[in-house]
Amino acid sequence: MSRPMVTYKPSDEVDFVIVGSGAAGGVLAKELSTNGFRVVVLEQGEYLREKDFTHDETKIFIQSLLTNKVNTHPITFRKSLDETARKQQAVLYGSCVGGSSVHFTANFWRFHEIDFKEHSKVGDIPGATFADWPITYSDLEPYYTKVEWEVGVSGLAGSSPFDPPRSKPYPMPPLPVKGNGVIFERGCRKLGYHAYPAPLAILSKPRAGRAACMNCGFCLGFGCEVGAKSTSLSSVIPMAEKTGRCEIRPNCYVSRIETDKNGRAIGAVYFDAQRNAQLQKAKAVILCANGAETPRLLLLSASNQFPAGLANSSGYVGKNLMPNSSALAFGVFDEQLNDYKGPAVSRIMHDFYELDPKLGLYGGGGLDARFDFTPISFALNGLPPDTPKWGAGFKEALAHNFTRTMQIFCHGTSLPVESNSFSLDPDVKDAWGLPALRMTFRDHPNDLKMMEWMRARAMEILDAAGAKTKWSYPVQEQQFAVHLLGTCRMGDDPKRSVINSNHRTHDVKNLFLCDGSSLVTSGRGQPTMTIQALAYRAADRITALAKRGEISA
Amino acid sequence: MNSFQSARRDFLQLLGGTASAAWLTANWPALVSAAEHAHQAAKSGNPALEIFTADQAREVEALAACVIPSDETAGAREAGVVYFIDRALKTFFSEALPVYQKGLEAVQKTTAELFPGVPRFSAATEEQKLKIFSHVVQESERPESGARRLAPGASPDFFQTLRIHTIYGFLVDPEGGGNRDFVGWKAIGRDPSHSFSTPFGFYDKDYPGWQPVSGETEKK
Repeated sequence: MSRPMVTYKPSDEVDFVIVGSGAAGGVLAKELSTNGFRVVVLEQGEYLREKDFTHDETKIFIQSLLTNKVNTHPITFRKSLDETARKQQAVLYGSCVGGSSVHFTANFWRFHEIDFKEHSKVGDIPGATFADWPITYSDLEPYYTKVEWEVGVSGLAGSSPFDPPRSKPYPMPPLPVKGNGVIFERGCRKLGYHAYPAPLAILSKPRAGRAACMNCGFCLGFGCEVGAKSTSLSSVIPMAEKTGRCEIRPNCYVSRIETDKNGRAIGAVYFDAQRNAQLQKAKAVILCANGAETPRLLLLSASNQFPAGLANSSGYVGKNLMPNSSALAFGVFDEQLNDYKGPAVSRIMHDFYELDPKLGLYGGGGLDARFDFTPISFALNGLPPDTPKWGAGFKEALAHNFTRTMQIFCHGTSLPVESNSFSLDPDVKDAWGLPALRMTFRDHPNDLKMMEWMRARAMEILDAAGAKTKWSYPVQEQQFAVHLLGTCRMGDDPKRSVINSNHRTHDVKNLFLCDGSSLVTSGRGQPTMTIQALAYRAADRITALAKRGEISA
Repeated sequence: MNSFQSARRDFLQLLGGTASAAWLTANWPALVSAAEHAHQAAKSGNPALEIFTADQAREVEALAACVIPSDETAGAREAGVVYFIDRALKTFFSEALPVYQKGLEAVQKTTAELFPGVPRFSAATEEQKLKIFSHVVQESERPESGARRLAPGASPDFFQTLRIHTIYGFLVDPEGGGNRDFVGWKAIGRDPSHSFSTPFGFYDKDYPGWQPVSGETEKK
């Protein structure tokens, strides 16, 4: 398809330069260009199309076709501030046009009312920088609806008694139930829990020129070859390009946000595909580079005027990382589920969204029934722990279990802890000579306790559902983050937050941030829906500010 | 690019085009079946070895067959795992080459120690191979983490490396250079089709449709 593609010169001062084309960047690009602004989106990764996607796991998992490449972008990890960090792939994020939305599971849960005001309800928690959001669920509700209808979410409204209020039903029915969903429902029903069809950002019906899901089963980790997965690439980016005002510019690695003597952003400095430094000039800059790279970029943009990093007068840039907690239980059943077919998840339950205070645990979570293995990852990680690792016994277990296994995935809150953070590594450099991303992380003890509790419930559900074999692994401290949340949090107090409720940084009037870093709390484990709703809302706020002349003035 | 890949690419390009939703709905099954036909038609002979000598390849093939043996269903040998490993060592697993070189030497040594007179591992009887291989595993096996994460890359350890590569070569989409004619997928019960319709398996076959718990609509 030939797309009307506008191109700008770096020296053209466009209205907005957006860094990152993922869940948030794609939405902002579409909204702002539709509203008449000239937009350049700088994307670190390549511009891959549906035809470039593949089921070849060597390309996906070994050669990181869709994700960040640690050979050129090394990452270091440590558990506490007094340790020296060591090189480790501690973070996984999308690095292609569409960002992490290209490879995500597509679990699209709204946050509930409680997620925005839990601090007021629960009070301070020792060791945590727990806070309320400056906005509420009802502020965001219209934008959740917009995500569902415009990006494309399948689901069944009213099927969970725990759901927050909604103004409209889903635009499409849920995806088909899988064996895992039927079994999960059975277990939940016996125990008095409420399993219901998973809301997924995958088309169950053809829509807006896009095909419906063909149940190929290569979903989590892979790009969708038919565009049925509602990624930024398949949904909003084509709409942005169609306006004729938005250029998506791939292979651009942004190294710095440039400011003038008045402390205003003047554009983004990036290395192009030939590694030449360029400055894309813009009237305003929006960072949507994800919860790791957005704070890193602000820290890389330190100057005499902003010695602690750009927009960092609070000292909160990069801090309060919340990757969500998780636990996993496995069950093998007598008959074949063939759960390798279709999207990973088909049923979820939110009975534990707000735990009974009597349990003495903060937060809560949601459970989903899934099978997110490929044949290879199943052979490596999907068999019971006591299975032989080679030979006839290994092969027999593979042949029997591959079609009969399902998982229950427990997702939950992470509390914000100030020392859990992204920062610049003082020693390790990337292939461009820039300081590497350093992650410091240790789970808040409450999160580990809460997840252990959740894991026990998942095992009970498998038991009630009649699993022939079941197992799980004790919850351990995390050293790997995919949900990159909270690291430039939103708030009214400039001393304890980085952006205000318009996503504008407290310190730089024409610099906005919108991605996982904006979140104040971590929800219950599925953040992308909320990141996109925030992006739609941010676009409305930014448009209003720009039209009133309050950005460039 | 083999014939399957190009056929598949062509059909996907069709989908990425200006096709309307209605057109897709009408043509989807035909497209899928065309792609599957192309998929099945992509038969290939043994590709040329680029890294292993013929002798080394024979030993690696025999070792991979210990990880995933052939019985009533295909094993590593029929899936062409050794050719996958050879290509991997030439390209994205090149850092693992020394692991194989040292590992093959160690296997040769173990074979000579346990069964003097057996010239090489691949010449041993099946029973002897199991003994030698068990020995190799014991020497090199380390506890595996229970973490459920994306597949790891090359391990410095020979058995772990061989095991991971054998699994990859047995179960990768054939586009990745292993799992010849989908024999690996067939052996574990994965239908090689490119798309599926319901019911998927036993449990969803007679699913009556989602019903609320005891018909309630109560709020928590």
